[in-house]
Amino acid sequence: MPKVTIDGIEIEVPKGTTILQAARMIGKHVAPPAMCYYSKLKVSGGYCRTCIVRVTKGSAANPTPMPKPVASCRTEVMDGMEVANYTSEQNLIDRKGVVEFLLLNHPLDCPVCDQAGECHLQDLSYENGSANTRYDFDRRSFEKIDIGPYVQLHMTRCILCFRCVNTANQLTEKRVHGVMNRGDVSEISTYITKSIDNEFSGNIIDVCPVGALTDKTFRFKSRVWFTKPVDANRECKKCAGKVRLWFKGEDVLRVTGRKDQWGEVTDWICNDCRFEHKRYSDWNIEGPSHIDHHSVISQNHYELAKLKLDTGKQLKELKSKKQVDKK
Amino acid sequence: MGKQLLLENINVQGISTLEVYRANGGYKALEKALKMQQSEVVDEVKKSGLRGRGGAGFPTGMKWGFIAKPEGVPRHLVCNADESEPGTFKDRFLMQNKPHMLIEGMILSSYALGANVSYIYIRGELLYVYHILEKAIQEAYDAGLLGKNILGSGFDLELYVQCGAGAYICGEETALIESLEGKRGNPRIKPPFPAVSGVWGRPTVVNNVETIAATVPIILMGGDEYAKIGIGKSTGTKLISACGHLAKPGVYEIEMGLSTEEFIYSENYCGGIKNGKKLKAVVAGGSSVPILPAELFLKTAKGEPRLMSYESLADGGFATGTMLGSGGFIVLDETASIVKNLWNFTRFYHHESCGQCSPCREGTGWMEKVLHRILEGHGKQSDVDLLFDIQSKIDGKTICPLGEAASWPVASAIRHFRAEFEEYVNHPEKIKDVKHYYNMRNLQPTA
Repeated sequence: MPKVTIDGIEIEVPKGTTILQAARMIGKHVAPPAMCYYSKLKVSGGYCRTCIVRVTKGSAANPTPMPKPVASCRTEVMDGMEVANYTSEQNLIDRKGVVEFLLLNHPLDCPVCDQAGECHLQDLSYENGSANTRYDFDRRSFEKIDIGPYVQLHMTRCILCFRCVNTANQLTEKRVHGVMNRGDVSEISTYITKSIDNEFSGNIIDVCPVGALTDKTFRFKSRVWFTKPVDANRECKKCAGKVRLWFKGEDVLRVTGRKDQWGEVTDWICNDCRFEHKRYSDWNIEGPSHIDHHSVISQNHYELAKLKLDTGKQLKELKSKKQVDKK
Repeated sequence: MGKQLLLENINVQGISTLEVYRANGGYKALEKALKMQQSEVVDEVKKSGLRGRGGAGFPTGMKWGFIAKPEGVPRHLVCNADESEPGTFKDRFLMQNKPHMLIEGMILSSYALGANVSYIYIRGELLYVYHILEKAIQEAYDAGLLGKNILGSGFDLELYVQCGAGAYICGEETALIESLEGKRGNPRIKPPFPAVSGVWGRPTVVNNVETIAATVPIILMGGDEYAKIGIGKSTGTKLISACGHLAKPGVYEIEMGLSTEEFIYSENYCGGIKNGKKLKAVVAGGSSVPILPAELFLKTAKGEPRLMSYESLADGGFATGTMLGSGGFIVLDETASIVKNLWNFTRFYHHESCGQCSPCREGTGWMEKVLHRILEGHGKQSDVDLLFDIQSKIDGKTICPLGEAASWPVASAIRHFRAEFEEYVNHPEKIKDVKHYYNMRNLQPTA
C-alpha cells in the first residue's frame, strides 16, 4: 500500500486513492476544500480547481516534483509522494486566486439566498478568499427558471461545478439537463421547455454547493439557522428513507438527505420523501443531527432544541445525569 | 531556399488529384513502407527525430512508442486538422493543395501503429477543404489505396473525415476525441492519456496534419537522412505561415535552423517589412506563444543570432524567449498597437474557453474586459498590474493548455511592452484608433 505524506503527516492508503481522499483520511486540518468533487459520485471533480495542491516529491521511484499545481481530487497517490497543501504559501496564494475567480460572477446575494448558512462557497470564501473584490464590471445574470415542479434554477449563482449534471447522469437513465453554451456564458439548463421530471431529481438540490438549485417548497420559508435539523426515517420503497428534517417550531419546513462532515449526502433520497412528506407524523424521529461546531446552525442555541426534541431515552439519560450531579 | 519536402510540386497543375500526385512520385513512400515491418517504420520515424508540429514539439516516434497494445483491442490514429490558432494556416494550405500527401501519411502511419480505422478531424470552418479531402479519399479508395488489402500487402484501413463544429478547444487532443465521439468538446482530465484510452476508450495517437505529412518524406529518404536536415534536436523542415505586416506573407517551408533575420528580410522568404517600415514585435508560433520585441527576436539575450528552431526560439525561457509553437508567424510593424493586438488575442481566448474549469472560464473574460477598458481610454493605473496578476492565477491551474495559451501572451506583452500599456492608461486622449476600435466592436456584415 502506498504511503503518502501530506503537510508533513504520513498516511498509508489503499492503491488508487486520490490525494484528496488521503487528506480527508488524515483529517479536516489538511484536507483541501472541494467545490466540484463529490465522493458519492462515480465521476466528479477536476473542474473548480479549489483543491489544488503542490506535489513536492512525485514518488519514491521518481522524486521530481510536479511542475504545476495538481487537482488533488483527480490525482492518485504514489508511494513516497510528498504533498504540500496548507504548508505551501504559494499554494494558498493560488487557491485564493481560484476563489476569486469563482466569486467573480457570483452575485453575493447571500442576504436573500436560501443556501446562506450552509453554502460551501460562503465557507470557502470566508476561509480562503479576500475581503474585497477587484472586479468592477457587470456580473453575468440570468432569469430564474423553473425546471420541474420542485426545483428552481437560479443560474446567476451557479459556479458550474457540474455536480448536478453528474448526479443526474448517475441516478437517472435519461438526464434532461446539462451545460449549454461555453466559456463564461455557459449555463446549466434543460432543453428549451423540458423540465426535470424523475423520482430522484431532488438530489440535485442537495449536491449544489451554492444556491443555484433550490427547493421550491422551501424557498423563503426561513433562514437555515432558524431551523433545527433532526435525523429521521420512514419506510420507503424507492430509497433508503433516511433523511434529515428541518424543523421550525413544530413544522417540518424541508426534508434533505443526511450530510456527512464534508457536506456530502450519505444516502440519495427520493422526491416522495423529500417533497411530499412534511408532517411530523410521517417520520420516525431518531434524534438531533450532529452539527459541526463551526457551522452557523450551531450558533442557534441548539442545545436547547436538543432538550426539547430528544424524547424518551435521551431525556431519561439527562435526568439520571442530573440526579447523579445532585447527589 | 532550403529543401522543400512538403511543399515540393505544390505548384504543379492538378496536384490535388491522385493521377498527378502519383505521376510526381506520390504514394512511393507508402509502397516502400508496406514492404517494411511495422516496427521498422516506427524506427525510421524515431531516427528522424521528427517532433510534433502542432505546437508542443513532442517527439513523434516516442509518442508512437507509448501507445498501449492490449490484445484484441483496436487502435486508432487521429489526425488533428482542427487548426484554429490565430496566425496559423499551414495545415489548411497543405490539405487544400496536396490532400493526397496527408492521406498517404495517414495510411503509412496507421500501418506503423497497427490501426485499421483512422480519422481526420477537420475544423468546421474549413468545409471546402473537407470536400477536397473527401474527394481525394474517394479517389484513393477507387485506386485500392484504402480499404481492404492495400496494394496487396494485406493491410486494411478505413479512413474517415469528421468535420467539427468550429471550436478552438477541439484542437486539444482529448477535447478532439470527445468531439469525435459525438459529445460536447470538453477536454478530458488526464490521466488516462489517449495513448491508453482515447477514441471509444481505445488506445489512440493524435497527430498534427504536418507531422503526419512529414512521415512521407521520412520514409522516402530514410530517418537518418531526414535527421541531417535542421539543427540539433530540431530536425527536418517546418511549415511557417507568415502573416502580418510583411511584404510577402504566405506559407513557407524552411529548414530548421534558418536565422530569423533571414526569414523575415530575405527575398526568398518574407521579403522584409511592408512599405519599408521598422519591425516592432513578432509572435513566433501562433497567438498563444509569448510575443517578443524585435531586438530580442533577432538576437537572443546573449547576443547570438536567433534561429528558427525549437531550442533557439525558446532560448532564455519566457523572460527573453518564446516558442516555435505551431508556426503561426505574426509580424507587427512600428505602427501596430500591442495593446490592441493583445486585446484581440484575449478576446479570442475568452470566446473559445470551454467553461469547464474556473480559472480559464472566468479569467479570460476578466482579462478581456480590463483590456477593453484600457483600449477605450478608461484604464486605471492599477490595471496593468491587475492584468499580470490575473494571468499568473490562470497559468498552470487549468485542465488543458488553453488557460496557458491565454495567459502567456498577456504576460509577455506586459513584460516587454509595459511602457505602452502605461501610455494608454496615462494618456487616453492620445489613443488615435478608438474610432477604429468601435467599428471593430460593432462589426456589421458587409456586402
